[in-house]
Amino acid sequence: MNTPRNVDPHVAIAINRFGLGAAAGAALPADPRRWLLRQLDTYEALPPAWAATPGTLQSLRAQAQLQALGGEGNEAAARTAEHKRVRDRIREGHAVDVRARFASALDTSTPFIERLVHFWANHFAVSVEKPAVEALAGAFERDAIRPHVLGRFEDLLVAAERHPAMLLYLDQPQSAGPDSLAARRAARRDGRARGLNENLAREILELHTLGVRGGYDQDDVTELARALTGWSVVTAGAAGQAGAAPTWPDAPGFVFRAVLHEPGSRRVLGRDYPQADEGQALAILHDLATSEATARYLAGKLARHFVSDTPPRALVDRLVGAFLRSGGQLTDVYRALVESPEAWAPAPAPAKFKTPWDWLLSAMRGTGLAERSALQPDRLLVQLGQPVWRPGSPAGFEDTAAAWAAPDALMRRVEMAQRLARHAGADVDARALGPVLLPGVLSQATADEVARAESPTSALALLLMSPEFMRR
Amino acid sequence: MTSTPTRGCTRRGFLRAAGMTGGLALLAPRLLLANAATERRFVFVIQRGAADGLDTLVPYADPAYAALRGGLAIDASAAHRLDGSFALHPALNEAANLFAAKQALFVHAVASPYRERSHFDGQNVLETGGAAPHRLKDGWLNRLAALLPSDGREPLALASTVPTALRGDAKVASYAPSALPDASDDLLLRVGQLYASDPLLGSLWESALRTRGIAGEAVGGPGTARRDAEAIGTLAAGFLARPDGPRIAMIETQGWDTHSRQQARLATHLGALDRLLGALRDGLGPAWAQTVVLVATEFGRTASINGTGGTDHGTGSAAMLVGGAVKGGRVLADWPGLAPGDLYEGRDLRPTMDLDALIASAVGECFSLEPGMVARTLFPRSGRRATLPSLLRS
Repeated sequence: MNTPRNVDPHVAIAINRFGLGAAAGAALPADPRRWLLRQLDTYEALPPAWAATPGTLQSLRAQAQLQALGGEGNEAAARTAEHKRVRDRIREGHAVDVRARFASALDTSTPFIERLVHFWANHFAVSVEKPAVEALAGAFERDAIRPHVLGRFEDLLVAAERHPAMLLYLDQPQSAGPDSLAARRAARRDGRARGLNENLAREILELHTLGVRGGYDQDDVTELARALTGWSVVTAGAAGQAGAAPTWPDAPGFVFRAVLHEPGSRRVLGRDYPQADEGQALAILHDLATSEATARYLAGKLARHFVSDTPPRALVDRLVGAFLRSGGQLTDVYRALVESPEAWAPAPAPAKFKTPWDWLLSAMRGTGLAERSALQPDRLLVQLGQPVWRPGSPAGFEDTAAAWAAPDALMRRVEMAQRLARHAGADVDARALGPVLLPGVLSQATADEVARAESPTSALALLLMSPEFMRR
Repeated sequence: MTSTPTRGCTRRGFLRAAGMTGGLALLAPRLLLANAATERRFVFVIQRGAADGLDTLVPYADPAYAALRGGLAIDASAAHRLDGSFALHPALNEAANLFAAKQALFVHAVASPYRERSHFDGQNVLETGGAAPHRLKDGWLNRLAALLPSDGREPLALASTVPTALRGDAKVASYAPSALPDASDDLLLRVGQLYASDPLLGSLWESALRTRGIAGEAVGGPGTARRDAEAIGTLAAGFLARPDGPRIAMIETQGWDTHSRQQARLATHLGALDRLLGALRDGLGPAWAQTVVLVATEFGRTASINGTGGTDHGTGSAAMLVGGAVKGGRVLADWPGLAPGDLYEGRDLRPTMDLDALIASAVGECFSLEPGMVARTLFPRSGRRATLPSLLRS
């Protein structure tokens, strides 16, 4: 283990602020900027850890089978062996997905891009609080987010909105155009009116594209909701047909049901969309994905995530410019971020307080705990207040110190640090590890406290709790 | 105090029933500063996700209600009838008992100044007390804490992170039941040394240690409390009942965003809220007589149901004041009506009461603070500041 002194502080920024923390034993990058940019070329959308996960169609089949057997919350059905078998398969699939997320984050050689995957998965948040999402949250990240993080924003947006996890999470499959064929038929049959659900439309505008003050109004929400009618999820039969050619090869599990679609031209943000089918909402998404309001909203969020809770205006402007010039090509935006001087300002001024996810991952990477499955990191994250794929709302987890730096949260991290240190074992020397994890930024005061600890376990716990390790 | 579902004379009726006019409210005797010896407790229960006021406090006498809600309308005969106009959702049994005991007061067609439909922004306005989202960085509960004498009794958030309403310069504590093993005293001490010169972590850590000291006694050690509503209510009461405990607490509840299957989901969440209120009352014991609990949400839901058995984001909603200190057994409402022309933007319950005024008046009376000063401090925006006097027993 080398103990670099007088090391370039940009190295610590590259591995901690842009990455997921130093991995114990890994060499430090010689050229921090180049190290980050090279990752744009070497990122794997489907690394080994993810290759073994169920994927969207398989997850959807299991979810559909469960529905057919009586769904969640049906106590009589839940007692049958078949229901239990399918339920267990969904649970196991979810556990495999969670493990894949941890494994790829812990083992990755492209931590900057992995962090971008987490960023976008949180931007397009789905939550397993809704039972139907449990089978699909991992598949969403695998099939909708991971392949598109280095593409155009529009493609990422369309993939996210068409994924069954998002459609089910935001109630889209039940939404019917009041004048659609299906609604009129149903009304004739039983006199009950079917209607719109605005949830997906609202979150697209508020959370996924323009942002909450992005210049749209209630009419735009309703019009987009009308345009989205018919966007739905394939049925159990269609998902189960082995070898059946998918209608939308790039959107597994998505189906457009013309009978639910509200007929007519739509007007969103002053523009008319006369398209008659699923292309109507796609055309609206295209305009949203390439608008300046969206560019500014996304640039602000990226700058806040990587640089500062209150990002410098000049940095945000630069990212907006890169987004608009390239038509929303995300790699251009990431390049602009890495090449911005503001992103490399030394701590403490802009340092980010780690979220529980950031902190636990960097602690596990730093202490070489990646292989210790006995830790059950997903359960640890529940204790730390940031359970995997379970944000409290479609807005995702918050991304500022104000949300995470709290008395009780610190107390939990201490308890967790103690447990991690016990797992790591007494052979990890925190005095030597400190300068590796925090090259050039470890303070003398922290080094002294670590050195003064009563045991190796305490020393390691203190390193993980240090003010420098709490931030990135 | 009663309410009526017809428009026109209701506002005057409200003022008469309250025994006040605008002028009198300003002359009512109030201390300028907080009474240091206060035994009063104030609990803010936030309903995150925009709770549906129309199915919570059902305007059963309004002929438009049943039509708007269709098959999902709450059956008035199964609900707790409060007066000639309003009934309480059937799941709110404790709340109905409290109303009968004159310890619960409900407010309808109420809203913060926020008129859009984003949870994020709506909660920000409700919690900061600003006129618009993100104008203020700190929360009104934190500013309220600053008005009370500093005696080391910090307000408490029953959550692992500090919610916006409690963020600000005044120190607050947060506590959530933990299933983790305790860290050793030695480690806690050393972490304190590590944070001694860090402005952010240093003060958070001090607060964490202090809360841990109280928490151990209140719940018999961490990890024992179940995280359901009743346990949270009991836990909060354990802190608040202590003579040296906090006088202000905030409890966050979630799950109110009922876009689909509203009937079942609302019944579940109202039932949980009801148990929380019951547990607070039981746990506070004699201190319940000194307690005011405010239950409020960021905005309401659409007056009519949507196509999926739920409701979408709306404007006006209902709020509750419960507690032994509340002058209860009343519904306060300047009922705007639910006819198509009466709805806000043709779709929502039109707000006719100001949630900020309700909060300012309730906390002002609770802690014997001058109402104008409370309103200016908690909700520092321009314009008229109405008050709703005589909410509590003096």
